[in-house]
Amino acid sequence: MENKTHIIDLKNISVSFDGEKILENLNLSIKDGEFITFLGPSGCGKTTTLRVIAGFLQPDSGDVIFENKNINGVPSHKRQVNTIFQRYALFPHLSVAENIAFGLKVKKMPKAKIDEKVQEMLKLVNLKGFDNRMIDSLSGGQQQRVAIARALAVEPKVLLLDEPLGALDLKLRKDMQVELKKIQQSLGITFIYVTHDQEEALSMSDTIVVMDDGKIQQIGSPTDVYNEPLNAFVADFIGESNIVDGIMKEDKVVEFSGHVFDCLDTGFGKNEEVDVVVRPEDVDVVSPENGMLTGVVTSVTFKGVHYEIIVDIGGFLWMIQSTDIQYVGDRIGLQIDPDAIHIMKKSEYSGTFGDFSSYSDEFDELSDVNAGVSREDEEDE
Amino acid sequence: MSKGVSVGNKKANLFPFSSWMVVFVLIPIALVVYYAFTGVDGFTFSNLKWVYTYRSTLWLSLELAFISTVICLVLAYPIAYSMSRASARIQRNATLIIMLPMWMNFLVRTYAWMTLLEDTGLINSALRAIFGMDFPGLHLINNHGAIILGMVYNYLPYMILPLYTAMTKIGDSLIEAARDLGASGAQVLGKVIMPMSVPGVISGITMVFIPSISTFIISKILGGGKDFLIGDLIEDYFLGSSGVVNYNIGAALSLVIMVLILIATFIMNHFDKDASTSGGGSVI
Repeated sequence: MENKTHIIDLKNISVSFDGEKILENLNLSIKDGEFITFLGPSGCGKTTTLRVIAGFLQPDSGDVIFENKNINGVPSHKRQVNTIFQRYALFPHLSVAENIAFGLKVKKMPKAKIDEKVQEMLKLVNLKGFDNRMIDSLSGGQQQRVAIARALAVEPKVLLLDEPLGALDLKLRKDMQVELKKIQQSLGITFIYVTHDQEEALSMSDTIVVMDDGKIQQIGSPTDVYNEPLNAFVADFIGESNIVDGIMKEDKVVEFSGHVFDCLDTGFGKNEEVDVVVRPEDVDVVSPENGMLTGVVTSVTFKGVHYEIIVDIGGFLWMIQSTDIQYVGDRIGLQIDPDAIHIMKKSEYSGTFGDFSSYSDEFDELSDVNAGVSREDEEDE
Repeated sequence: MSKGVSVGNKKANLFPFSSWMVVFVLIPIALVVYYAFTGVDGFTFSNLKWVYTYRSTLWLSLELAFISTVICLVLAYPIAYSMSRASARIQRNATLIIMLPMWMNFLVRTYAWMTLLEDTGLINSALRAIFGMDFPGLHLINNHGAIILGMVYNYLPYMILPLYTAMTKIGDSLIEAARDLGASGAQVLGKVIMPMSVPGVISGITMVFIPSISTFIISKILGGGKDFLIGDLIEDYFLGSSGVVNYNIGAALSLVIMVLILIATFIMNHFDKDASTSGGGSVI
């Protein structure tokens, strides 16, 4: 386990509040200089993990290793990690420059050096000339930049970001994603990013840690977790997925929805029951006679780039994304190529995700509500 | 048309407030000013010379009020801070306990102190019982200390509550952010909590200093009427407890106190503004 390129190792971390397990035996190694994202729904333990690393929370058991040294008892103000808080936590009684200088002043750095560093940071986050502005006169995006500058001014080896873009509107969020990634690459330090937004995680991260229920579900690159999800939870949480029960006939042959398909997956037992993932964008719509599967269209939604089509195939509702319009009530055929099929072992999540029968407008609202709740919930932690 | 209606409504909405202000604030102040500058011969400044006559009383009032305010601030600050960091349930209970004495009449509470502090009172009797001897030099009442005690006891909640309110507005994440940036406990106190609680300090000081400087009950009951404070003087001139009724002198003294309080409030608010616009880290 001793590894020079690891900056942080978490070993068997467990945390519980009021008898409720928040983190269960969590093990994770974080490489120096990577952009790693903890991704999961509200209450999955991602913010708690971040707080353990920051030193705001002592785990019930387990070790936090920083550069091969155990830092379990080290208080937060002596750790070489800094945090960007959910709501920035800027000091309202100080100006922009004084906020950025805060960490340097408590370190008793000479004034000339502080001023120099503050200017450097203002330039880094594109806020030149904002020195004397007060915090409450800034927009959300500008406050975000001050928070980044304040944390980076003290030159941390690891920057922790706790849903930093959650309060910004969509357009600004996209811009900040690009900017954060740029800052991370130019400084070459480790970013540990917490979000419930899978799209944000996919576009920024080197490594994604998918979490649910206090446990790590999968660790991998964005393409890994999207293309090769380990279980139904990961497949459902990241992107849209049709997840159906299947039986592995033999290597590279799987049967589901009453049809036998060629696929690319191997290593399963003969006739092993499996979960089959098919992404909506990987399904081709063909005429019913030519389809491997056929079904009736139950709903069509225009999404801009494509139509989102819900198809009833033997009682199981599939989602298909296509640029060609279909009409409700039409019978259509579906064609699925071998590389569009991904096979997963059965897990505790089997059967809980992947059917779009509950699919409606409320579904979207529901996930938004969760997003809001997650911030509130984890604040309380 | 619609504009006229809305203006009319606005005036109507303000009516309860403005009539209250006129009857209970403006007219009384006008009367105080009128009496302060009139005498038997009409308009005069001569009432104000009594302020000079009573300068030592005025000075003593300022001194005792100042000492009480400082003691209240020193006592209230840690109490308010630990309250603001406690769980919601403890915060509710603590607030209740602090308010509890205020449900009882001010006079009753002050008389209670009298029975405690008297030479034959509870504290002296208890000491006698414990040590089996008299403490003839120990007079707990009828001195400045007793007056200050009465002021601190009665006005401490008015210091704690605004401080507590100001401190609850300092989010835990701000304190965590300061720790995160390397601040020690003392630095968090000096650079975040203290400057951010300035508004609470200001209103606490105002709410303790003003009633302290104008009190006449506390000094009468616990000071034994020996040390007249400016409030006692004003009461005397209006009610004639010592044989002389003179509204003009009483009004002149009241006016001077009012002006002093206005000046003090103005200076305090200036501090507050400093704190919120130019980073009050250095104010305290």
